[in-house]
Amino acid sequence: MNDTFPKLLIANARRYTDRPAIREKDMGIWQSWTWQQMRDEIFALANGLVALGFRRGDKLAIVGANRPRLYWGIAAAQCLGGIPVPIYADSGQAEMEYVLNHAETGFVLAEDQEQVDKAMESRSNCPALEHIIFDDKRGLRDYARMELHDFDAVQSAGRQYAEQNPDFLNRRIAAGTGDDPGIILYTSGTTGQPKGVVLTHNNVLVTAINSVRLDNLTADEEMLSYLPMAWVGDHIFSYGQAYVAGFCINCPESEATVANDLREVGPTYYFAPPRVFENILTSVMLRMEDAGSLKQKMFHSAMTVARKTGVALLNGESVSMLDRLRYWLGDLFVYGPLKNIMGFSRVRLAYTAGEAIGPEIFDFFRALGINIKQLYGQTEAAVFITTQPDGEVYADTAGKPSPEVEVKITDHGEVIYRSPGVFHSYYRNPQATREVKDEHGWVRTGDAGFFNDKGHLKIIDRAKDVGKLSNGSLFAPKYIENKLKFFPQVKEAVAFGAGREFVTALINIDLEAVGNWAERNNIPYASYQELAAHGQVYDMVMKNIIQVNQDLSADRRLCDSQVRRFLILHKELDADDGELTRTQKVRRRIIAEKYARLINALYADKASCYIDTEVTFEDGRKGSIAADIEIRDVEIFVPVPKAG
Amino acid sequence: MTVQRQFGDVLLEAKNISLSFGGVRALSDISFDIREKEIRAIIGPNGAGKSSMLNVINGFYHPQQGEIWFNGKKRNAMKPHQIATQGIARTFQNIALFKGMSTLDNLMTGRLTRMKTNMFWQALWRGPAEREEIEHREKVEQIIDFLKIQSIRKTPVGQLPYGLQKRVELGRALAAESRLLLLDEPMAGMNLEEKEDMCRFILDVNDEFGTTIALIEHDMGVVMDISDRVVVLDYGRKLADGSPQAVRGDQNVIDAYLGVSHVE
Repeated sequence: MNDTFPKLLIANARRYTDRPAIREKDMGIWQSWTWQQMRDEIFALANGLVALGFRRGDKLAIVGANRPRLYWGIAAAQCLGGIPVPIYADSGQAEMEYVLNHAETGFVLAEDQEQVDKAMESRSNCPALEHIIFDDKRGLRDYARMELHDFDAVQSAGRQYAEQNPDFLNRRIAAGTGDDPGIILYTSGTTGQPKGVVLTHNNVLVTAINSVRLDNLTADEEMLSYLPMAWVGDHIFSYGQAYVAGFCINCPESEATVANDLREVGPTYYFAPPRVFENILTSVMLRMEDAGSLKQKMFHSAMTVARKTGVALLNGESVSMLDRLRYWLGDLFVYGPLKNIMGFSRVRLAYTAGEAIGPEIFDFFRALGINIKQLYGQTEAAVFITTQPDGEVYADTAGKPSPEVEVKITDHGEVIYRSPGVFHSYYRNPQATREVKDEHGWVRTGDAGFFNDKGHLKIIDRAKDVGKLSNGSLFAPKYIENKLKFFPQVKEAVAFGAGREFVTALINIDLEAVGNWAERNNIPYASYQELAAHGQVYDMVMKNIIQVNQDLSADRRLCDSQVRRFLILHKELDADDGELTRTQKVRRRIIAEKYARLINALYADKASCYIDTEVTFEDGRKGSIAADIEIRDVEIFVPVPKAG
Repeated sequence: MTVQRQFGDVLLEAKNISLSFGGVRALSDISFDIREKEIRAIIGPNGAGKSSMLNVINGFYHPQQGEIWFNGKKRNAMKPHQIATQGIARTFQNIALFKGMSTLDNLMTGRLTRMKTNMFWQALWRGPAEREEIEHREKVEQIIDFLKIQSIRKTPVGQLPYGLQKRVELGRALAAESRLLLLDEPMAGMNLEEKEDMCRFILDVNDEFGTTIALIEHDMGVVMDISDRVVVLDYGRKLADGSPQAVRGDQNVIDAYLGVSHVE
């Protein structure tokens, strides 16, 4: 039994010898490494690390975009009984320093000069940090320092070391067990400092085996690895499952080329957060508006057919021959080419998670015949808590408990679970560990939810965010925000109302969608701020909110949560300003503090409010944006109890 | 982390250059040199003769008086194809790319002067011509990687925003692998972020490939930050020549840029 990833690597190198394990686009051409070649590369790196003094239990921080060499870093550290600590590539120097320091990292594997600079700057406050290894040497010519090492040099030193100590690495790998910590993943955390989630080899391995079995993943899958390596999802999909099933992962050329690389690779297995699917749909719709009238007609009539038939076909329901024929024609002329443009021609299975996905977006992709499913997970669970089984896919649920996972709802409505993937502990934080994990292994998710009649889990909101309005009725901000965010014009929404008389909302418009609309309607604007303050934009957003209110009024429990007043923020919420997490989730408390002035104005009887906000630019400099923001009242609907 | 910069011998020397168009004296009696591996800036107010100077260095204009010494040899008036192959590449103030062609094809044109197979082989394609193109493509891909323009590899340059077009133009000049690179206002019309990127690229080109660079620029901040030595021109005459610090403190330069008060 291969109970660690290095052991699995050796087995895969034997079993899948010449099959591709990883690809990267270099010099405009996809270069691939077979499992055997990958094993050799990883071993050379591992031996090189030993030559630098890497001991059992040492940590290797890995920071950069998805590159084969960085993925090898994970395996190399694990070979030595060390622990890889991936860090978000876009984190600022202070964030990186916090992780390096907290994880007591001795070694850093950095992608390029940008990351090396941040690590070097952190050095004075990180006494444990000794060696920095870099992948891309560009711009590092003048950094002639002892502790900086070129990746190639480390590997060649490793090959020399292996000649002198041929048995060393094999012994090290054999000494590893499934209970050893395999990785520390720092969660971005919507509150407070990030916590280091320690996952053992077994956590990741067993979860990966179960999920591979559930979805029949094989060595023939192709996957595009473009999501941050520091995120647990990427670790499970691009590392755990790839090793278990033996499939090939593809690293895009750069962040900007992902869409193009997706088309070239044609993955069969794909993961994206709802945001990505939303962006794809928006861009398809925008491009269709520019298409000729014949194409527009074809698209719209084919999509009508698809919405009626496509979803039913995917769910395995019975469909009449005529509808099948119509769908086949639609596939020939519209869906096929469309999927090809999006890079989804070969997608057999796609997952989305992290946030609720808009029902329209979800149905659009399913109607095209793309088997997109939802799952619900956490870093602490090594991702999988619930998954939607084939044939039981709904836009508004998170699915049924994943294999070997037990899920319960506490009396307070919080979702708790127990599984083989349950994390070992929070690194150097026993108190936090005790707070979420009890002695029987049950972990609190912090999410409020319930099981519906079909046995599917439905998540409403973060448990701590679910509050009550002053009249005592339920207030679940995220539920309202998600409804608002399903409109293409609304990029982000933050609802307030806990302990208040009524609900209000801060809105962020989507620059691409609204900008495009402005262009079509000859509305000139010079900046995001100007567009956000435009009267017609306000009218448009107001219509969206009215529709949400109408929806909410139909819900017995949430009819009091209708949005009464709103404003459109003058700047985009940004992770650099601490308003979003690095995974683009709203940090409610920070926003409430920062925009307290606006929120007070929303609850006072004002028609506008002046605010001056500090913004942080990408290079760390600060500036400010000031604006006089309009506040509007929205129509409220009297609750109509549903018939029956 | 500043490292003492090392320069080589004189790569190009302008001796007493005078250039006039009819009765207009664009340049009068200008002398300066460019050393190997340095970043040399030519600055001056509008109409000072900066672009004319660049055109003289480039060989596009032949001065009525004075001499240009390049690579240790005195240079005579040249034909266009000689200009192209002498080892000096340049970018233009108003971008001069092939708008309908992709980024990749534009960069490949930068390699044209280095392609050696004759028309026969080119027409036949298989064999030497193919091998040659692959070699050149490799070099061009290195430049694409260097300038981080992978995402626009196949995009027609006419569709690109201005800042990226400037970057492509720099790429084409780099593709020629020249000894001397002339940049005519590489940062004109850019926003702060694009300027910072361009600065980084210019410094990296100089550092990675050891290319000597002469540039014209209006943005004084940029000039002072990245160049090793600066020549200041005004109305076709040379006002000052020296390190950025020296030039910044020069009274003539201050007068030319800020004007002189006539009120006593």
